[in-house]
Amino acid sequence: MSALLEVENLRVSFPTRSGVVEAVRGVSFTLGRERLGIVGESGSGKSQTGRAILGLTPPHATVSADRLVFDGIDLLCVSAKERRALRGKRIAMVLQDPKFSLNPVMRIGDQIMETLAAHGRGTGAEARRRTLAMLEAVQIRHPERVFRLYPHEVSGGMGQRAMIAMMLVAEPDLLIADEPTSALDVTVQLQVLSILDKLVAERGMGLIFVSHDLRLVSSFCDRVLVMYAGRVVEEIAADRLHQSQHPYTQGLLNCLPKLGQSQHPLPVLDRKPEWAA
Amino acid sequence: MTDALTISDLVVEFDDFRAVDGVSLSVREGESFGLVGESGSGKSTVLRAVAGLAPITAGTIAVGGETLGRTRSKDFYRRVQMVFQDPYGSLHPRHTIDRALAEPLAVHGIGDAEQRIVKALEEVGLGTGFRFRYPHQLSGGQRQRVAIARALILEPKVLLLDEPTSALDASVQAEVLNLLEEVRRKRGLTYILVSHDLAVVTHMCERLLVMQHGKPVELLTSADLAARRIETPYTRELMVASEGFKRGA
Ligand SMILES: Nc1ncnc2c1ncn2[C@@H]1O[C@H](COP(=O)(O)OP(=O)(O)OP(=O)(O)O)[C@@H](O)[C@H]1O
Ligand SMILES: Nc1ncnc2c1ncn2[C@@H]1O[C@H](COP(=O)(O)OP(=O)(O)OP(=O)(O)O)[C@@H](O)[C@H]1O
Ligand SMILES: [Mg+2]
Ligand SMILES: [Mg+2]
Repeated sequence: MSALLEVENLRVSFPTRSGVVEAVRGVSFTLGRERLGIVGESGSGKSQTGRAILGLTPPHATVSADRLVFDGIDLLCVSAKERRALRGKRIAMVLQDPKFSLNPVMRIGDQIMETLAAHGRGTGAEARRRTLAMLEAVQIRHPERVFRLYPHEVSGGMGQRAMIAMMLVAEPDLLIADEPTSALDVTVQLQVLSILDKLVAERGMGLIFVSHDLRLVSSFCDRVLVMYAGRVVEEIAADRLHQSQHPYTQGLLNCLPKLGQSQHPLPVLDRKPEWAA
Repeated sequence: MTDALTISDLVVEFDDFRAVDGVSLSVREGESFGLVGESGSGKSTVLRAVAGLAPITAGTIAVGGETLGRTRSKDFYRRVQMVFQDPYGSLHPRHTIDRALAEPLAVHGIGDAEQRIVKALEEVGLGTGFRFRYPHQLSGGQRQRVAIARALILEPKVLLLDEPTSALDASVQAEVLNLLEEVRRKRGLTYILVSHDLAVVTHMCERLLVMQHGKPVELLTSADLAARRIETPYTRELMVASEGFKRGA
C-alpha cells in the first residue's frame, strides 16, 4: 500500500523566555487510507504534531523534519500558497476547541454556508439545503433551529458537531481530527465516528484521530501511536492496546474509572524519567 | 435528612424552544448526584438555571429548604458555586491566576485574601509557583484545577460541576476526580455532576438522572447502573454505546 502521508523525524520547538520548549521531538510514522489514533497525556505533543502536518504551527515556532510527504507532495518544499490550497481542499483538521474555532458573531448555518461557497459547492438556496443536510448528518436535532443559533447558544456537543460538518464539506483526502468527540454523549459519539468510518472505508480517506479516550481509540482505530513528552513511545495495533506492555500506556489505562469496579482514590500516573529519553 | 437542593418541575425555554421540560430531582446534603444524557438534552441548562444563568419559565428550585426567587443574591453564590464545561472559556485570558482567585473574595468583601488564595491553590495541588501565571501558561488540567479552586474559595456548600474532566486526559482526570472526592469528604459538600462518561458518573455519584430531549428519562443508583438493572431503552442504549465503537453496527 502506498502511503498517503510519510512523517520522519518531525520536530516542533517554541522559543520562550525561559528557554526552548520542544513540543515534538522526532516523531515518525506513515499513514495509509486508514484510521490512525494518537493518544497520550496532556501536553505530550499530539495537537502540535497535527498542526505541523497541516502547516498551522504558530509562526514563531520552528518545524523541521527529514521527510514530510503527502501523496507524493513534499510539504517541506511547497510554497505557502500551495500549502494553503492543500489545506482548504485535500487536508483538513477538526480543531480541539470548537468554541474557539467557530466565529462567535456568525450564525452556525451561515458559517457552514460560507464554507460551502468557498469550496464552490453551492450558494443560496442550494447551499442552505446542503447545510441543513450536513447538520442532520451529524445527528443534530432541529437543524432549522440550530442553523439560526450563534455559537454561544449551542451546547458543547452541538458546537463540536458543527465543526465536523464544516470539515466534511471539503471532502478531504486526509482528515486530522483533534479530540473531535470529547464533548459528545456516547451514543452521538458513535454516530459521528461511523460517519468518519464510512469516509475511510468508502472514499479512502486517511484519518488521524487524536483523543484522550483510550477506550474509544482502541475500538475505533486500526493502529495507535502513544505519545509522551513529544515522542512516540509505543506503536501498537488498536485492538491490542489493552495488552500493551509499556508502563506508560498501562498507567494511562489504569487511571480510568471502570464501570462496576470501585476504586477510591483512582490510581494516578507515576511518571518515569526514562519514558522521555 | 434535609435536601441540599430540590428542583421541582423545572421548565427552561429560549424563545419558543423548550431546553428543559419538566425536570425534578432532589439531592441530599453531602450527596453526589449525576446528570447524564444526550448532547443538547439540557444538562448544562439545568445547572445554569440553578446558578441563575438561564431563564426559568416554570417550576421551582430550593437550596437548603429555601425556595429561590427570580434573581440570585450575593449570599447565594457563597453557598452554591459552578465549575463550567469549557476550561478554555471559563478563565479570563488576560487575568493572572491570582486575580481570578482574588476577584470573588473582593466581590463578597471577604478579608484575608492572601491566606485564602495560598490555601486554595494548595488544596487543588497547585503550588504558589502558579499564582502569577496566565491561563495560557497552564495545561488544560491545571486550568481546570484553577477553576475548581475559584469555586471552592468562597467555601460553598453545593458545587455544580459541568463536565469537569471531559477535556482532560486519563491521568489528569484521575487526579481531578480524586481531588473532588477528597474535598467533598473533608468539607461535607454536595455535588451535582454532569458527565457523558458513565464510568466517571458511577465512580463519583450515588444516584443519577438520565435525560433526553430536555426530559428526565430514568432515575437510578450507580449500583443499579453498574449491575445493568436498567428500566428504559435509552439508558440501555447509553450503556451499550459506552462499551466502545462497533464496526458495522
Ligand atoms: N505557543 C506555545 N508556546 C510555548 N509552548 C507551547 C506553545 N504551544 C504549545 N506549547 C507546548 O507544546 C507542548 C505540546 O502541546 P500540544 O498542544 O501538542 O499538547 P497535546 O498533546 O495536544 O495536549 P492536550 O491533550 O492537552 O491537548 C506542551 O508542552 C505545550 O505547553
Ligand atoms: N442561550 C441560548 N439560546 C438558545 N438556545 C439555547 C441557549 N442555551 C442553550 N440552548 C439550547 O438548549 C438546549 C440544551 O443545551 P444544553 O447546553 O443544556 O445541553 P447539554 O445537555 O449540556 O448538551 P452537551 O452534552 O452537548 O453539553 C440546546 O438545544 C441548546 O441549543
Ligand atoms: Mg491537544
Ligand atoms: Mg453541556
